[in-house]
Amino acid sequence: MSEILVQALSVFLHGLAYGMVLFLISVGLSITMGLMGFVNLAHGAFAMLGGYVAVTLMLRAGVGYPAAVLLAAAATALVSVVLERTLYSRLYDAPELPQVLMTIGLVFVASAAARYVWGPLAQPLQLPSYLAGALQLGAFSFPIYRLVLIAIGLAGAFALWLGLERTLFGARIRAAVDNRRMAESVGIDSHRLFTVTFAIGSALAAVGGGLGADLLAISPAYAEEYLVYFMIVVSVGGLGTIRGPFFAAILLGVIDTTAKYLVPQSGAIVIFLATFVVLFWRPQGLLGRAGAVK
Amino acid sequence: MPRIRWARVGLATAPWLFIAAAYVLLPDYLPLGAQIMIMILFALSLDLIVGYAGLVSLGHAAFFGVGAYAAGLLARHTAADPLIGLAVGALAGAVLGLASGALVLRTRGLTFLMLTLSVVFVLHEIANRAVFLTGGDDGLQGMTVPPILGLWRFDMFGRTAYVYTALVLLACWLALVHLVDSPFGRSLVGIRENEIRMRSLGAPVFRRVLAAYTVSAALAGIAGALSAQTTQFVALKSISFSLSAEILIMLILGGVGRLYGAFLGPAVYMVAQDAFAKGDPVFWSFWIGVVLIVVVLAGRNGVIGVIEDIARRLRKADHP
Repeated sequence: MSEILVQALSVFLHGLAYGMVLFLISVGLSITMGLMGFVNLAHGAFAMLGGYVAVTLMLRAGVGYPAAVLLAAAATALVSVVLERTLYSRLYDAPELPQVLMTIGLVFVASAAARYVWGPLAQPLQLPSYLAGALQLGAFSFPIYRLVLIAIGLAGAFALWLGLERTLFGARIRAAVDNRRMAESVGIDSHRLFTVTFAIGSALAAVGGGLGADLLAISPAYAEEYLVYFMIVVSVGGLGTIRGPFFAAILLGVIDTTAKYLVPQSGAIVIFLATFVVLFWRPQGLLGRAGAVK
Repeated sequence: MPRIRWARVGLATAPWLFIAAAYVLLPDYLPLGAQIMIMILFALSLDLIVGYAGLVSLGHAAFFGVGAYAAGLLARHTAADPLIGLAVGALAGAVLGLASGALVLRTRGLTFLMLTLSVVFVLHEIANRAVFLTGGDDGLQGMTVPPILGLWRFDMFGRTAYVYTALVLLACWLALVHLVDSPFGRSLVGIRENEIRMRSLGAPVFRRVLAAYTVSAALAGIAGALSAQTTQFVALKSISFSLSAEILIMLILGGVGRLYGAFLGPAVYMVAQDAFAKGDPVFWSFWIGVVLIVVVLAGRNGVIGVIEDIARRLRKADHP
């Protein structure tokens, strides 16, 4: 009996760790989509960039893991600002189709560039010694790295929530998500707000990419391969909130891991079916505001 | 005025003249030509949804794929005439279109996008896992396609396949033009432009859009069936998000909502891909991405859009 409990706990925690990585990557996408209504299919490319930069810094420059991830986040934020000013900002008021296509184009460019620079294979990640190994509690054993992921994800979610609910900047974001025109009419510069939010979201994605490199392998196909999971988290969770992607990511991570553990043949079918059911029943997502969906 | 009329007649017949000419002048490229025409049919089906009804779908390969697998399985396990294979492909597409459309078409925007994505991903996973049925990652093979109507055998130069594909494309094209120019087709445009207004006029919006979606799915299924029959192979990619994105790109390059864009886009894309991608797929992927970004930011409606701009300018020169 306790054997089953130990297994269940292990599966649950693995799913939770996976969910935390998905959350860190997807939360930026949820906020920016809720803020500007911009369908950004290239969001995974920022997570990919973060992963590549972090791994390269660790391998080539011998930078420690935490520092590498932070530097990668800064670099990605910079790249995202450049892209936002030159490409994204031109399509804010455009209909859905051009936004979808432009960001698909970006994914192609990013993947091809990644393959050109780093080659087609997945990047090896060397976890530092203090993260390797497992926590032992009697019969229960769990990798420390994944526990750290869960902790960082929870801390990150709390910090973001605090930032959104308790700061002026967060208040401006919430105002613009709820009603952009009204927010602009009280003097909130929504374009500048978006640039900063986009940068923060991309930096978070980079952190997720770098930290989650052991779970979501860093390869040129990263942006395409995992796009659907980020999109699921964002659409099932609902746009424009922190809570939405947080709970959706946990659900996705736990359900996917459990399904693959119980019925390995099913692959990802359970997740896609579940997504379909949820979105059909609640098109605005589990925790979305009904008005936020374009 | 006469100049415009000649231009219209020329435009209407040009693709078919070109297709006929290619049969005579480019005998080495007939297999590629057949594949291009299949993609044209696929793009036409997508244009009905994206260009005319105004719905952005990222899962259209689901219909292409089920059509391909249906016709492929038929060819592998029976000796049925290829025309029956087409019917089976169309039926498979239509059934999936009707079933998924009944659910998915109640939503719009991002939710619609995600639901179409979910459908194609579920089907992709099923096709991937049901190796006994679909061959999984290796694809469906070992099919023998009997001669069409017992008379025309599929030869190894692709001549029969080319003419067969061209005739099917012509038939579907005529049906589609008839549909688009009908009151039904006009009402689709109305729904695209202002759905609320159409509802207030009493138009049965949901039924119209569902009908269009089902027709589109059937056409995509026919394209898939053609693909299976002419290549005697069904790749797993036939039912993937990747192909859905690719056909959307081909359509956008040619131009949306003008039906002719569906001819130009795949032709340009696949000829270019044939020329460049073999040498360096990374190079190809990169430049397609760049072209896509440029085309979208330029704001013209693909090649068709540019042609229309020129035509408009010429007309203004006539009547200052």
